[in-house]
Amino acid sequence: MQFDQILQYVLSGFSTGAIYALIGIGFSIIYNATGIINFAQGEFVMLGGLLTLSCLQIFNLPLWAAIPCAVSASTVVGILFERLAIRPLRQPTPINLVIITIGGSILIRGLAMLVWGKDTHSIPAFSGDAPIAIGGATILPQHLWILAITLIIILANKLYFYHTISGKAMRACAYNRRAAGLVGIDVRRMVLFSFIISSAMGAVAGIIVAPLTMTAYDVGVMLGLKGFCAAIIGGMSSGISTVIGGLILGVLESLGAGLISSGYKDAIAFIILLLILFIRPQGLFGKADSERV
Amino acid sequence: MLEVSGITQIFGGVTALEAVSFSIAQGDITGVIGPNGAGKTTLFNIITGIYRQTSGTVQLEGRDVSGYPPEKLARLAMVRTFQNIELFSGMTVLENVMVGMHTKSTSGLLACALKMPWSISEERRIRSAAMKWLEFTDMVAYADTVAGNLPFGKGRLLEIARALAVEPRIMLMDEPAAGLNSQETVALAKLIKQIRDLGVTVVLVEHDMELVMDICDRIVVLNLGRKLAEGTPREIQESHEVIAAYLGDGD
Repeated sequence: MQFDQILQYVLSGFSTGAIYALIGIGFSIIYNATGIINFAQGEFVMLGGLLTLSCLQIFNLPLWAAIPCAVSASTVVGILFERLAIRPLRQPTPINLVIITIGGSILIRGLAMLVWGKDTHSIPAFSGDAPIAIGGATILPQHLWILAITLIIILANKLYFYHTISGKAMRACAYNRRAAGLVGIDVRRMVLFSFIISSAMGAVAGIIVAPLTMTAYDVGVMLGLKGFCAAIIGGMSSGISTVIGGLILGVLESLGAGLISSGYKDAIAFIILLLILFIRPQGLFGKADSERV
Repeated sequence: MLEVSGITQIFGGVTALEAVSFSIAQGDITGVIGPNGAGKTTLFNIITGIYRQTSGTVQLEGRDVSGYPPEKLARLAMVRTFQNIELFSGMTVLENVMVGMHTKSTSGLLACALKMPWSISEERRIRSAAMKWLEFTDMVAYADTVAGNLPFGKGRLLEIARALAVEPRIMLMDEPAAGLNSQETVALAKLIKQIRDLGVTVVLVEHDMELVMDICDRIVVLNLGRKLAEGTPREIQESHEVIAAYLGDGD
């Protein structure tokens, strides 16, 4: 086994890991604001990619304009989802809500199949396909885009949650919803905000990964589960732990696929998920209840 | 300021409160006292929108606020503190107070997304205003402590500071002296008077009679879900009914 080859696996693992991290943070934000695991999170990833495709092909927008349009459109779907499926529930118990998100994800996926068909689509890479050599390994410009955009989003998140009053209010909801209401925070609005942020982040993840992996109506299932896995490793934090969770997952997957067999790629993620849930349900870095949001 | 009329609360077959009425004057410190199970906390939960009463109304500054959710009441300048302090445990003391000023914030999510620098400067303004409340409650030394690590007495002060940050006109305190040592209780009495001097009307449920008699302008006594008496501390101390309820009927 050569060092170059390992380096190659690690590098590509990093970029898929970054995607998992973005999706995972989307899970965490909604979980922290509402206590729900939103299993429709993966569908926003799918919508991001496919809506970008439509903006490019149907409206003939340039890529730089198609991306914000697709993100906005996915966010609108996120808002509708919260308004129509989550908010009307009178007595929301976690199990009801989780089942609703599963139902919602099936619905969104079904509609996407009607709109875009069952084919796999590709969207162009942001800046060409010329490989860049790093050591003995090569990466694509798209990998760099993924890492850069993920980094920017994570920093923006941090800035929002820790340095704006609205972000602090959202964290407050995660810690104590009752007290948050008593100091005048409209908890339901914060729930809506959490869906807005998460669906936008999911869409971005779907868009930046689409040039590498292609996209189709059903990519949300697997990407969503991988993101969920990253969030579990990170202990449902929307901070750095979930990012590390995503990167660990991405790298292990990539090494496993390369060194053992690519058939085991998905199995690896779920073995990790189960191990974490059995051994450290509070996440790999968890002091049981810290640094949520 | 606050007008409670005919509040009745029935839980299943149990009548927790029965036709309780009283009114609270602007700028007073009013104590609500009564033996255990008298319905004091239930009454507080109704006034602050946590429970919905079976019948009766709550009027705040002339407006019927029955059934308003807590966040709406907070916007109308009514806040409360809890017997078991409720803090945002993973956030710092300063952040807890800043969140209390959330209602005064003008920048929503979109503003934050679109004009980050501007909302960060607002955050700075709120931070310095929050420090003012930490000074008021003598908590400046703890500003950067994570709220979950505070000793109990300091947690209570933080809860009060956070409530004050909402800039309330009326503040309800559920057993503020519970769990405090005698020294802390003395400091609390002083603080509550200072809060009143800011022009905030204070209503408190309390078991510590010394504290209640010392700071309250008026007292409402509940027993077994009914209002037993109402008056100044002196009147209450001399009321035969109240003495009977607390000490048992000696006749």
